Amino acid sequence: MVATPRARPIHTAELPGIPCLAAESLNAYFGEVHAVKDVSLALDEHRVTAIIGPSGCGKSTFLRCLNRMHETVPGARVTGKVSLDGHPVYGADANPAAVRRHIGMVFQRPTPFPTMSIRDNVAAGLAILGRDKPSRHETDQIVEDALRRAALWEEVKDRLKQSAVALSGGQQQRLCIARALATSPRVLLLDEPTASLDPASTQKVEELVYELRSSMTVGIVTHNMQQAARVSDRTAFMLQGELVEFAPTNTLFTAPRDPRTEAYITGRFG
Amino acid sequence: MTTVTLQRRPLRRATRRRRGITSGVMVALTYAAAMVATLPLVLILFHVVKLGIGALSIDFFTKMPKPVGEVGGGLANGIVGTLELIAIAALVGLPVGIGAGLYLAEKKTTLLANSVRFLSDVLNGLPSIVMGIFAWQLLVKPIGHFSALAGGVALGAMMIPLVTRTTEEMIRVVPGSLREAALALGYPRWRTSLSVVLRTAMPGIVTGALVAVARIAGETAPLLFTAFGNQFWSTSPMQPIAALPLQIFTYAISPYDDWHALAWAGALVLILLVLLISIAARAATRARYGAAAD
Repeated sequence: MVATPRARPIHTAELPGIPCLAAESLNAYFGEVHAVKDVSLALDEHRVTAIIGPSGCGKSTFLRCLNRMHETVPGARVTGKVSLDGHPVYGADANPAAVRRHIGMVFQRPTPFPTMSIRDNVAAGLAILGRDKPSRHETDQIVEDALRRAALWEEVKDRLKQSAVALSGGQQQRLCIARALATSPRVLLLDEPTASLDPASTQKVEELVYELRSSMTVGIVTHNMQQAARVSDRTAFMLQGELVEFAPTNTLFTAPRDPRTEAYITGRFG
Repeated sequence: MTTVTLQRRPLRRATRRRRGITSGVMVALTYAAAMVATLPLVLILFHVVKLGIGALSIDFFTKMPKPVGEVGGGLANGIVGTLELIAIAALVGLPVGIGAGLYLAEKKTTLLANSVRFLSDVLNGLPSIVMGIFAWQLLVKPIGHFSALAGGVALGAMMIPLVTRTTEEMIRVVPGSLREAALALGYPRWRTSLSVVLRTAMPGIVTGALVAVARIAGETAPLLFTAFGNQFWSTSPMQPIAALPLQIFTYAISPYDDWHALAWAGALVLILLVLLISIAARAATRARYGAAAD
């Protein structure tokens, strides 16, 4: 697939949307540390929502609460509500593994499984589906599809059986995105996906994120304000665990309402 | 502004001389220590090869021991017996050791994990003859006779702490980010541990297992009153079984020259076996880093 020319996101003043993944009064703790304070924020369907803020503001932790990854850290705790299409993510009968199958995640550092080939890496999420596991042939098709969407197919199609660790950092990260896409999640969460990549790879990933909105809901945490401006429809600004401002990206960067937001985006701190 | 001096501070001639001598002496001492450290192995190898190679022949590997006075014969039953004992030991030691190592790596700091870790270190330092007594009490006394099974269990019990600790170490060096990646894909915890963490650590665990096998292959004490030894052909796990180390012992303390020669040959074969396993262990380690590099 040839990268399409970039179009600017269209920001209307109101930017209507249908909430897909919504957090309500979310609090997250590491032991005694209160990392996320009473945050209510919804990721709208087919929109890219960026979360920005200085290091340690709780933006990654917030993202990790949405797919129940936060609780995998010893001593971590979450209170409040998260719902996916109205279903409670923290409901008594909700299974964390099932939640994560619907809400994919890509991390700051590429994490290909070193024991698996490129193909098996992409198919890793399919291998655990038990009875619903696609056939070998179907899997090959899904793998190709996911790699095409991640703009990696042309680079790896002749070496699908080779080890994934032989790929460059940028390729590994796109492989991880393909791996997350292969299971067709409702939502894709990206936790600083380009922080360890060079500018060329960063651009590829950004183009990818921009295109993904047509098929899913995307949440992206980033250090880079230009990146948030480039790829997102809405931007949330977090500071010291609190959600300071949440607005259409255009509005947040051109006419922030909160003086703290203005101070941050004009580079006065952080 | 401070001046930048890239030259070394000038020293008095006496100081320079003294330092030179100290340095020379220390280098010589460490060099000598390194030589002495490898000396026993070189001497043993040299000696065993010299005395054992003469009795080594096809017969040694294929024939049974001959009665005293008859020429020839081999230690086929001892070689097969040792391999069988290693197999039983691996069946006992590997699943328990790998399972325990996985537990320790997953539950790093629980009271049980800390106790298991400590006891496993104690077990590692236990004299091997005590392992023999343990297996005797467990499997020889109740059954009423010596058996290959009892010998294998004694050796397996020796493997457990070795395998446990290497498994734990190898799992711990698997990056936590891989575990997170698997969880984020919707892998249940057990599946994350097995198909991602354990699988990534596998080459290291294989190396650890082979090192443990090499350690126990030549053990004699735990077999004295468990496997016991057998002059005849037997592969039944419920009967006493011959083993190379036991036969070396028996033959070495006998008064017959041709038995002495067989004992040396047995020692040579045992050393070669251990060497082979060690080389395999190294190859497994290399496979691990090789896979990461290519």
